[in-house]
Amino acid sequence: MNGRISSALITTAIIVIALAFIYLPVVTLVLFSVHDGRVPVPPFHGPTLEWYGRILGNARVMSATGSSIVVGLVSSVISVALALLAGWGLSRHRVPGRKLVEALLLMPLAVSYLIVGIGLMVSFSDYVPKSIGFVVIGHVVLNLPLAFAILYVQFDTAQARLEAAARDLGASEMQVFFRVTLPSLKIPIIAAFALCFTFSWDEFIVAFLLSGFDPTLPVVIWGLLRTGLDPQTNAAGTLVFLVSICFALFVELFLFRKKPND
Amino acid sequence: MTLTTTVSPEKLAERRERRQGLLLVAPAALWTLAFFLIPTLAIFWLSLFKKIGGRIGDELTLANYERFATQGYFRESLFNSLELTAIVAVISICLAYPLAATIAFRVAPRLRRLCLMLAVLPFWTSYVVRSYAWLLVLAPNGVVNQALLSTGLLSEPLTLSFTKGATILGFVHFFTMLGTLTIYASLARINPRLILAARDLGATQWQTFWRVVFPLSIPGVVAGVFLIIVVTIGDYVTPQILGGNNELVLPQTIIMQIQRRADIPMAAALSVSMMLVVSLAYLLMARKLTAERS
Repeated sequence: MNGRISSALITTAIIVIALAFIYLPVVTLVLFSVHDGRVPVPPFHGPTLEWYGRILGNARVMSATGSSIVVGLVSSVISVALALLAGWGLSRHRVPGRKLVEALLLMPLAVSYLIVGIGLMVSFSDYVPKSIGFVVIGHVVLNLPLAFAILYVQFDTAQARLEAAARDLGASEMQVFFRVTLPSLKIPIIAAFALCFTFSWDEFIVAFLLSGFDPTLPVVIWGLLRTGLDPQTNAAGTLVFLVSICFALFVELFLFRKKPND
Repeated sequence: MTLTTTVSPEKLAERRERRQGLLLVAPAALWTLAFFLIPTLAIFWLSLFKKIGGRIGDELTLANYERFATQGYFRESLFNSLELTAIVAVISICLAYPLAATIAFRVAPRLRRLCLMLAVLPFWTSYVVRSYAWLLVLAPNGVVNQALLSTGLLSEPLTLSFTKGATILGFVHFFTMLGTLTIYASLARINPRLILAARDLGATQWQTFWRVVFPLSIPGVVAGVFLIIVVTIGDYVTPQILGGNNELVLPQTIIMQIQRRADIPMAAALSVSMMLVVSLAYLLMARKLTAERS
């Protein structure tokens, strides 16, 4: 009995220490975003919402938020659409050089974002002006392999049988895609979209190299860091963090709920 | 259903199918080709030219690689990157493994998912924000220093931010979460009967771990290590925010060449060396990685 109690204690201790380490920076960031003082360091005074008010009134931050949302939405829609078509084509049709195409589509996963950004910058800066459109191109490169990896495995034999049944009942290829494939893959499609959006929302280096005078939110926050520790940066960081967490929780709680404990 | 053509209907159907397949795959393949593969090859190509004055020369040369090999500044940044990556990988796996194993084997099954979710939630913070948050924690008058000062363990605040240690800590924090995920995934896949069988056959807990559990979890460890290498060696943000300007790593010298010197060919040569390191790591681990997939 004693052994069991001490074993449970050790388990709890490991989990608590690990979570303390993992949450230390997050809690500090959020706590001092409502700190009533010019420098976000202890001792804590407050709370106050002054810094949130200032950051929400900051035109640069707000326009960057708009850019980030546009880049996130557009790049995620393109990534998921291209990934879906490619997954459908590769699994339902005999595509010559299938293995090669798969390898090509997954390849960007093994290359760091910095290289992707530099590659685009040196190859296209003469033709594409630095803009959020350029960032969208880069973010699709980063997110397409991810969306493809998630969606490709969904085109399994069970899914194929479902589509074959629809075809047997006289549905055209278009009808099969829009009335069987899309609805039955709704959850993985939404999950892929949410993940792509989160990655795009958080991404810095490609946006930094390609956005020019229309920066996204992480690029503006990068600029704020130059003034050192500042509760306004805490407030902006907390807002960015909250959006990402909402997307991650949405995927976890609503989409992967049914998945058993494997 | 009467077809009267010279080409057999099967052939025709097959041809149509191939065309449809290619049409569906084309947008994704062309996007990756145009905006990833060709730009990456362009980096290789550009690295073979030299910047002369304000423009790029038109003779093929290995001059940039020669500078890389001979100038201490560049060599050191490669060495710093490799050292940083190695330290980060070892510490992160050493922290992630016990956490993943505790969640997989010691936490009650109904709490496992919650524990795992809690342990990786801050993973979803922008790396710019996460590095800034560590700056807050490590500042001379930040949380850690003030806590240590108030307990009387210290009389002077420690210099924690803008050091190599801060960079390592920032990376380790991130990869502890990521490693926990990949290692947990392979631990959870182990058939519990194997562990029971080992115990039945008289293995101690320690033997069971080293000879049954650990070997089966290697794919998760390798996947984690590979991700750590790709991200750590290519990240500009964490060392730039947390490390200050000492002991520069490769991404910092690359950005420096682009922004300060406008020397794109040199930046390209440095990028190529970075890709070579990652490719080498991939070749070394490829077998274990594919074992993971199958």
